Amino acid sequence: MKELLELYWTFVKIGCVTFGGGYAMLPILERELADKRHWTTLDELQDYFAIGQCTPGIIALNVSTFIGEKRHGVKGAIAATTGFLSGPILIILIIALFLTNFAQNPLVQHAFAGIRVCVCVLILQAVLRLWKKSVVDPFTFGLYLAVFILHAFSGLLPFRAPAALLVILSGIAGIAAAAVKNRNSGKAGNSR
Amino acid sequence: MTFLQLLYEFFKTGLFSVGGGLATLPFLYEMSTKHPDWFTSADIADMIAISESTPGAIGINMSTYAGFKTAGIPGGILASLALALPSVIIILIIARFLAKFRDSKLVKGAFYGLRPASIAMISAAGLNVAKIALVNMDALTSAAGLGEFFIWKALILAVLIFIGLRKLKWSPIIFIALSALVGILFRF
Repeated sequence: MKELLELYWTFVKIGCVTFGGGYAMLPILERELADKRHWTTLDELQDYFAIGQCTPGIIALNVSTFIGEKRHGVKGAIAATTGFLSGPILIILIIALFLTNFAQNPLVQHAFAGIRVCVCVLILQAVLRLWKKSVVDPFTFGLYLAVFILHAFSGLLPFRAPAALLVILSGIAGIAAAAVKNRNSGKAGNSR
Repeated sequence: MTFLQLLYEFFKTGLFSVGGGLATLPFLYEMSTKHPDWFTSADIADMIAISESTPGAIGINMSTYAGFKTAGIPGGILASLALALPSVIIILIIARFLAKFRDSKLVKGAFYGLRPASIAMISAAGLNVAKIALVNMDALTSAAGLGEFFIWKALILAVLIFIGLRKLKWSPIIFIALSALVGILFRF
């Protein structure tokens, strides 16, 4: 019970600082869950993000479910997920009850213009941390470029490439490339 | 009856919106035409603004708001849980599967491709935030010219945060709070 409460409370805190669609969360999750509590590793977090992108629902929420499940099965998953939801639900209820024109308030606008700058840097930090572990050879670099261009400039392209489709195709490409790599290294003997 | 309808509509939205909070938008617009008494498309526009200025994804925020408008505080809580439920079930299934097959060649190969793709999408999301936070895209098309393109005080703050994150062992949460304060003090 104590551990479930700790899971819940940890994700309440994380849920309250998740701005910018969840991606800026990675450095926070790394610090709170990997460094401080050793509940997970950066590698695992990255896998959760990758899966979260091709399954339904909000990515940040999916990551909470994964970590809760890993710690304490179904109960843990429910504790972590409801913890993550608690802050945002409470905040919107308060805004809906008491604050009209919340988003138009100049103080709020200035504060969030500042937070957006921080979110940019946090995302950059996440990319730099993950880059070393994942972009390791020409195949992974090429795949990174292809997905980045297709995803970031989808507005300029004549067709739309949905994120879920890109993720699924990347998984298939990974399986194919890994198979080719294995066969080549098999041919070259046990040099690698 | 309203409770059941809320549950059904937001469960459906949670089940079919793949790839982050904004993926819920088409479903929300559809809902606003189907149930105009729940919320309107103008409410959705307001909620996008509120979602950008509060934590949590737009899907959760919108479900809380719509649930609250139709059935008070219990409605807000119920609609949000309904939105989250499908993904929780699916992730639980995948987590079990992963625990079993993590070391299989197929799963390893898939992640060999998934990881760079995942970083590429994170990079693209970063670019989207940077386009609003660090530069003034309107300057590209207006007469103001390139001198106005960069938002200098935002760039200076970004560099300071970047150095701070590397040198100081503070939690990123502190940097978020400080950035909000700087944003208010220097009128970002």
